[in-house]
Amino acid sequence: MFAVQFRREWLCVLRSKDEALNPLVFLFLAASLFAIGFGGSSDRLGEAAPAIIWVLVLLANLLSLEALFRRDFEDGALEQFVLFAQPQFAAVLGKVAVQWCACGLAMTLLAPLLALMLNLSAAALPTLLLGLLLGTPALSLIGAVGAALTVGLGGGGVLLALLLAPLHLPVLVFGVSATLDGGAGLAATAQLYWLAGISVLALTLTPFATAAALRISVERS
Amino acid sequence: MNFKAWWHRLGSPKWFYRVSGPWQSLFLSLALALLAIGTVWGLAFAPPDYQQGNSFRIIYVHVPAAMLAQSVYLLLGVAGALLLVWRMKLAGLVLETLVPFGMGATALALFSGAIWGKPTWGAWWVFDGRTTATLVLLFLYFGLHALRRAIPDPAAASRACALLAIVGVINIPIIKYSVHWWTTLHQGATFKLTTAPAMPAAMWAPLLVNVLGAYCLLAANLVAKLRNAILRRERSSRWVRDLMDGSQPSIGPAPSPNRPSAAPSHSQRSAAP
Repeated sequence: MFAVQFRREWLCVLRSKDEALNPLVFLFLAASLFAIGFGGSSDRLGEAAPAIIWVLVLLANLLSLEALFRRDFEDGALEQFVLFAQPQFAAVLGKVAVQWCACGLAMTLLAPLLALMLNLSAAALPTLLLGLLLGTPALSLIGAVGAALTVGLGGGGVLLALLLAPLHLPVLVFGVSATLDGGAGLAATAQLYWLAGISVLALTLTPFATAAALRISVERS
Repeated sequence: MNFKAWWHRLGSPKWFYRVSGPWQSLFLSLALALLAIGTVWGLAFAPPDYQQGNSFRIIYVHVPAAMLAQSVYLLLGVAGALLLVWRMKLAGLVLETLVPFGMGATALALFSGAIWGKPTWGAWWVFDGRTTATLVLLFLYFGLHALRRAIPDPAAASRACALLAIVGVINIPIIKYSVHWWTTLHQGATFKLTTAPAMPAAMWAPLLVNVLGAYCLLAANLVAKLRNAILRRERSSRWVRDLMDGSQPSIGPAPSPNRPSAAPSHSQRSAAP
């Protein structure tokens, strides 16, 4: 079921590349806004870079999550998904996995470029990449619950951000603190373990919650 | 009475409405008495702190509000589980009525904390572990409120909020510890179950009275609002119509039993001769 769903979603992403690319473009656009906003002071920008990168990753991921179930909801495929995609746990996981590949993983791969743009110290880069790799799955998995709850509601984007930002806070805290420690030449093992732990916890629990939320949303419409 | 029958009865809004009438005034009078005693005792008779002087007295507002803020969210999670797992109708209404109260308590805790922070820490606001966790709690309440307002159908809104509350309750310890390890300046909890408070009894006794009073206020508020919400949600059912019409038989065509009637029932009554 996971493989079937994964292949189907992957095809959907490939056939509407613009939609998948937009959050990544937003990421770079917002990063350059920060660089401009700091007025060319590259030292201060470098100090703030871990926080800027993590917050932007979080926000770009929210933008991508908003579209996670929207198209399926509009054309009715979501009802079939809730009825027939069994077991729901694996099917939901397939959907979220593709969203993570197209957004979280892509952002992780693009992060060195972002770090260069924001003048992040080179020492912090490996920790940043590892942190993003371990932390973004949690963002996508927890985010899927919110996306499932708000699908089909008016003004979904702002509502989704309102619901999810507090729940994403621990990932942000540990991610930024790991990057800062990495930049200072300290071992950031504890924070990285925490990120991995949150992701594993989200992996085991949130697909159930997402499936339940989808059922509520489909019954509502 | 066996437990199963009692459990089923507890979920019935009609039964709750019947029995809860006296509870409301009981809790309200208890709350007012306890809060009056605790506040006067704390503000006028408790000894001043040896370092903070009289400014510590805001603790008699701050701690009860902060305790309520957290307990109400926990209650929301419990009510959410009751609604989703046992489909208990009453739990959905509890969920609906508790959110504004919890939001108010959280806002009061933050506000009184800011007032207290100015003379003791020298700043209105510090991004420290506990204050940040409380701020995030406020945002979680806002999220629940916004989600409820966004979904027009009340039953579906209750179920969506129930799920979000459960996810939030699981997340709260993680949020709490993440910001706690991040940085902390705030003092530890005033009351712990395992150890005696570090304050002298003359200071913590009025606080305990106020905390109990605050919980009674929560109960009074919950019962009163729940009774209102029951009448609103069940307004098309026969027992509510009978209750509203007194002993008179209902006038006009009966609305279909499953859908809430488009016109509110009181307009039908006022139109009747």
